[in-house]
This record gives sequence, structure tokens and C-alpha cells, in this order.
Amino acid sequence: MKIHKYDTVIVGAGGAGMRAAIESTKRSRTAVLTKLYPTRSHTGAAQGGMAAALANVEEDNWEWHTFDTIKGGDYLVDQDAAEILAKEAIDSVLDLEKMGLPFNRTPDGTIDQRRFGGHSRNHGEAPVRRSCYASDRTGHMILQTLYQNCVKEGVEFYNEFYVLDLLMTEVDGVKRTAGVVAYELATGELHVFQAKAVVFASGGCGKFFKVTSNAHTLTGDGQAVAYRRGLPLEDMEFFQFHPTGIWRMGILLTEGARGEGGILRNKDGERFMEKYAPVMKDLASRDVVSRSIYTEIREGRGCGPEGDHVFLDLTHLPPEQLDAKLPDITEFARTYLGIEPYTDPIPIQPTAHYTMGGIPTNVEGEVLSDNDTVVPGLYAAGEVACVSVHGANRLGTNSLLDINVFGRRAGIAAAEYSATADFVELPEDPAGFVRDQVENLRDATGSERVTEVRRALQETMDKNVMVFRTEQTLKEAVEEIGSLRERFKNCSVQDKGKRFNTDLLEALELGNLLDLAEVMAISALARKESRGGHYREDYPNRDDVNFMRHTMAYREVGADGSESIRLDYKPVVQTRYQPMERKY
Amino acid sequence: MSTPTLEKQDQAPEPADATAAHTITVTFRIRRFNPEVAAESYWEDFQLDIDPKERVLDGLHKIKWDHDGTLTFRRSCAHGICGSDAMRINGRNRLACKTLIKDINPEKPITVEAIKGLTVLKDLVVDMDPFFQAYRDVMPFLITTGNEPTRERLQTAEDRERFDDTTKCILCAACTSSCPVFWNDGQYFGPAAIVNAHRFIFDSRDEGGEQRLEILNDRDGVWRCRTTFNCTDACPRGIEVTKAIQEVKRALITRRF
Ligand code: SF4
Ligand code: FES
Repeated sequence: MKIHKYDTVIVGAGGAGMRAAIESTKRSRTAVLTKLYPTRSHTGAAQGGMAAALANVEEDNWEWHTFDTIKGGDYLVDQDAAEILAKEAIDSVLDLEKMGLPFNRTPDGTIDQRRFGGHSRNHGEAPVRRSCYASDRTGHMILQTLYQNCVKEGVEFYNEFYVLDLLMTEVDGVKRTAGVVAYELATGELHVFQAKAVVFASGGCGKFFKVTSNAHTLTGDGQAVAYRRGLPLEDMEFFQFHPTGIWRMGILLTEGARGEGGILRNKDGERFMEKYAPVMKDLASRDVVSRSIYTEIREGRGCGPEGDHVFLDLTHLPPEQLDAKLPDITEFARTYLGIEPYTDPIPIQPTAHYTMGGIPTNVEGEVLSDNDTVVPGLYAAGEVACVSVHGANRLGTNSLLDINVFGRRAGIAAAEYSATADFVELPEDPAGFVRDQVENLRDATGSERVTEVRRALQETMDKNVMVFRTEQTLKEAVEEIGSLRERFKNCSVQDKGKRFNTDLLEALELGNLLDLAEVMAISALARKESRGGHYREDYPNRDDVNFMRHTMAYREVGADGSESIRLDYKPVVQTRYQPMERKY
Repeated sequence: MSTPTLEKQDQAPEPADATAAHTITVTFRIRRFNPEVAAESYWEDFQLDIDPKERVLDGLHKIKWDHDGTLTFRRSCAHGICGSDAMRINGRNRLACKTLIKDINPEKPITVEAIKGLTVLKDLVVDMDPFFQAYRDVMPFLITTGNEPTRERLQTAEDRERFDDTTKCILCAACTSSCPVFWNDGQYFGPAAIVNAHRFIFDSRDEGGEQRLEILNDRDGVWRCRTTFNCTDACPRGIEVTKAIQEVKRALITRRF
């Protein structure tokens, strides 16, 4: 075991982690620990754009953006945070441009903007061009630009270091951050990183679904580590299903395709979104469009012999426009479906996409241990965190924005904290917990296979916790996940080696997914209303009287070692927007 | 053309058929290496029933998940945007996640081995550090002087177009590890680093072009390139790598970019 000492440690090197690292490295001695090489992170898969009311191409302002974000999140958004997001969006985009990001340009040479779901002028009047974009690889360009600037700033990376534990030490009755424990994939060695400040920026957990746009590596590692150490997880029942994933594969096809004029059609060729969202049509918010697609499918208007998908039609758009604005996604259709999007519609279905919930933070990125107590020295940003700027449903282009605004804020806050704070003593045998965890798995001889447990988890999540939920499906999921957690205890791995043991890594990842899936299902079961991405067929309406509040899930361990989940609630911060019925 | 789908649907090959599961038996012949176990590498065959429309990566997963958990490779996104899984498939560098089995003659055994020119650490995993070091050495970031403008820097669509192609790079190393010059001399910067230098040299906002050109004028720089086009053929992002290298060479001669 090796011990390292840094002022600030950042966990994760996607957009949020690297944005934080750029700030933190300027101000404090910083290390970035990342499971993947930095440019492999899933930020690179984001396509359509980053919202900011630059008003480069038409009238726009940050207040309209704030309103859209709150409405899009079905009023579960903390309004003070949404206002910060929309206001700081403008400088965030300009900062990236100055760092070198090659945005598409208007004829005047300014940053070009396009339409995106849920973004409107003057509180819902009509779609507005707010998304700043670089072709259909905006996330890729953000990831590259941030990495380039990390190289420029000399950010110190520990690549393929997998963080498995958060260390906290109680000082005068307060739990303070002491560091993290990481597993080095190349050697199997454990490393303790003592740090004054730790920033979690490790991304989402969509891999517990089968049809998902998420990378294999998005397994909720940060959330699971925090949760296991007694910190709450907020609003985990809210998961976004992106309307346009490639049928059966789940690969993302950007909403920008509809922003450019693409149309969703059922088997009769009908533009069905006109029925569900007369004003915004195909550009209604994602939860609305995903439900509409499944309604079409359930009512027998789906396409294909099994009627299990609909079409994204780009055939009326000029090929030059597709080549210039949507080259990557048209290539995905060619590569993976053998379809030519110039002439043929693309089969799509909703795909599990984004974790709205996560580790609760305030607007400085400080992690909360209950409704309002800050954990000294602990920060989180990006998809792993819940600020909450996305509430019950995130708007497209607001996640690339979130990682930049709150990544930056968390990086600055963490570095400023570590500039004045002292190191906290490490707990005794700091790597003990992880050592046991890893050794137990490596030495296990049980007959269960990681693959099978993971497959069963994904099946049950797709079947029971997707776009439509009921008490019955959720109970079934809770029960099934419970038994899978038992089976997991009996899992063994085949690779017993130390070197690049990805067999072991996948087992550890599955452990995280199981914990988080359970939190998600139980939080969803308790929320007896429909709001944003959480739709209960048995409670189809939003219930502001009883559920205008965030869910806070805590792991409880009984005296006998038994685990359970305790749910609590936290009020939503409301400033100037009264909840209204959501129409698009 | 507002409702074009109906007739088209009838004529177009029905996509459902295109993905309906029909499986074939395929042999994956994989070059295994684990220095914890043996000093030498060896070939191992695996037989799989698999839908030929699946990716080579799906095949590798099937092997790892259902047959041999020790098989080791990197991957993340599974659709060609993260750059994790460049490997040598049937003797050619490709991304496993962007190569469909039906496209690489599944009647014969499909050979899969680590990319060449970088040290193999285990099975299909290589040491990427020298590759990233070459990338860092070309100063792959925007260099400007003077005060920052308040708003964005302006750039015409035409100026942006000049380096659009090289911004697509996902740093997968398929190009560099297919280059015979790089195989013989690991000191050569390699195509990927030059592509990323190009991305900045031809960016109208950048002022570091001269510095980067000097770096690439070095004996391990662009002049080593012998225009074999392996890199262009290998690039999964369709970047015209050789053309980018040629443009850098020309800029070195004319000092105009
Ligand atoms: S130029 Fe192409 S092949 Fe080379 S590293 Fe970049 S994406 Fe990969
Ligand atoms: S797994 Fe990401 S490029 Fe292949």
C-alpha cells in the first residue's frame, strides 16, 4: 500500500472533473484520480450542445433559460441553483471558446446556436436557438478542450486508478474529509490519498439498465462510495430516458437531430408529437417525448414486425445539412443499422440516459450530510451530484452546462478550502475496508457469475423501473434486486491475478450498481405521484401538496449488521416561479 | 416531402429483418499475454454463436462474460467515440466497437491482437503513456497573446473549416500504431500527435504555430513520415491523416498556415 498526500483530490476526469482540476491546480496541489484515461470519459458522447442565452442569433436572456430549466424539471428544481446555472452559462461558454473550443460559427463569426428540447423564448412561446454547439460532437470537443487545458496547466493525473472508498475522520464531533482509497488497475495495488479536500466527479450510473446510452463504465462509483459511508443520495428515482436511442442498442442520437428539423413518426407515418405537444412538438421535454413514444407503441402504432420502435425521420433534410450538422449520428445509423439516413428513417426507442439524482450538494458544490449540514472538505459536481438544477427532468444541453458551471465552482471551492484547512488524520488502517472488499472478491469461490447477476439486474430495471412505473412493478423490482444482492455475495471472479484485473473491476462495479438500483426503486416506490422522468401509472398526476420535495435516501445498518434504506425529504428552494401545469 | 416514410418503408430493406437475431458460429483467434502467468504470448481460439450484425466488441464481451473472465481489453462507450478499444483485427487496426462481425469475413477465424509498437501489458491492453507523451509534446492547446477579449474570439466558418477534420480525433492510437516508421522508432511523434498539432496550427485563433512547427521540424518530427497512408486507412473517425501531415510539411516549407 502506498500513501500519497495532496491538498485536493479530484475523482473522475470527465467534463466536471477536468473543469474542476483546471481551477484547483492553479490554486492548490491537486491530483486527479480516474478509472479511465481522461479522454475516454462519457462526456465525449454528448452531442447536441451546451445551453447559454448568448442571444447571438435571436433574442434571448438568462431569465428565460432559468424558467425553462425549472419548468423542464417539473418544479422540483432548486430555483436559486437554476438561476446560477443560467446566468453563469454565458461565461462558461465564452470560457470554453477562449480555451480553444471550435464552436460552429454564424456568418458574423460569433458562436452559432440551435434549437433544443424544452428551450423556449419568453416562457414557452416558441422554441429558441440557445444551444451552442460544435457539429454533433459538442461533448467530444468539450472533453478534448478541457483535457488540452489540463495539459497546459500541468494537471497531475493518476490514470486507471479506481476509487473505492471515501475516508472521513471525526474531529470534535464533526465528520471531516480525510482522503480516498484507490485501486490501481495496472498492478492491483491499493493507494491511500490523504487530502484536505475531495471532489467527486465520477459520472452517472445508467449501466443498471439494459437499453442505455451510457458507457459500460458508468456504474455510479462515486454515489455508491458516498452512500456506503452514510451520506444521503437525493432524488434517485428521477432518471432520464432519452427519446432517441438507436433501436435495441440504445446508442444516443442527439435531440439536435430534431432541433435541425428531424421528425418522429409512427408506423402510419404520422407526426405523432403534434398530438402530445402542440407548440413544441418534437422538441417538447425529453420525459414528455419518451412517454409519447411508448404510448404510440403500446397503442399499436409502433413500427416493425414487433411494433416496438418508432422512426426518426431526417429524409426531408438536405444531405448537406446532415453532413454539416449531424455527421456523427448519421454515421452511427450507417455503421450499426446499415441504414442511409438521407433516404431512410432511423428506428429508435427511448434509452436510459441520465441520472438526475445523486450526492446532494449546495450551489458551491459542497456535499451535504443531511438537509443542510456541509461535510467539511467534500465536494461533488456533474452527473454524480444533485444540486439540484435538473429536478425531475433535465433539459437537453443543460448537462454539458452543469459540468462546466458546477465543475468550476467545486474546483474553486475545494482549492480555497484546502488553502486554509489542515489535513485531517487518516483513520486507522485506512485501506482496510477496501482490502477486505477486494480480497474477498478475488478469493471467493461461490458459484454465481457476475455476468448473470448483472444481466438479471438490467432485465428487471428495464422491465420495472423504466418510463412507466406502478406500485406493482416497483415492488417486483425491489424484491428482485434484494435477491440479486444476496446472489452477488456468492459471486466469484475467474481472474485471480493482480495485473489489469478487469474481471474483478466489473464485479466491484456491479456491487455499486446493485446498491444504487435498490435506492432508486425504493425512492420511486415511495413517490406516489408523477413528475418529470418519474411516471407512475397508478398516480398519473403531479402532487405538489405531498411531493413537492426532494427525496433523501440514507443507508442504515442495524445492530445485527442488517442493511436498510431510510427515506427522508428536503424542501425545494422556490424563489420566483410558482408551479404551473406543464404544457409544451 | 412531409410524410415520406410510408412508401419508403415498404421498399426499404425492412430494418427489423436486418437486426432479427440469426446467429452464426465464429472463431475468435486472440493473442493472449499475461506476464503474471507466462513470459510468452500465445494464440487462443474461442468459438462463439453470435449475430453477425454484432460488433467485435460484443464478441469479446461474450468470451469474457461467458467463457473466460481473464480475457482483458479496454473499452467504455461501445460506439466509437471514446477511443479505448483500438486493436488489430484481422491484421488491420480498428475499433472493436465499430467493427461489425459480418464486415470482416466471419467464415475464417477472426484474429484479434494488441496494437503494435506499444508495450503489451496484458492481452489486448498496451501501455498508452508514450502515445500520450507524444501528444503532450506538440503543445496541444490554444496559444494566444495579449488580453483576452470580453466576448468570444471571432472566426469565420471558412477558417473553422480548415481544421475541422482534425478536431474529430479521439486519441485511439489506431493511426500511430499502424505506422511502420513508428514500429521501427518509437521516438517518432507519430501521426496522432501531428494530427493534433495540425488542429492548432491551422486554427486562425492560435498564435503558437511557429513553436509547434519547430517541434515537428525535429529529427523525430514530420519528415520521418513516408506517406504510406496506413494511418488514414486505420483512422476510425475518417480523418484524412496523411493529408493533415502533408499540410504540416507544406507549412514548414512555406511558413504559411
Ligand atoms: S487520428 Fe484517427 S486513428 Fe489517429 S488517434 Fe486520432 S482518431 Fe485515432
Ligand atoms: S469503446 Fe469507445 S471507442 Fe470503442
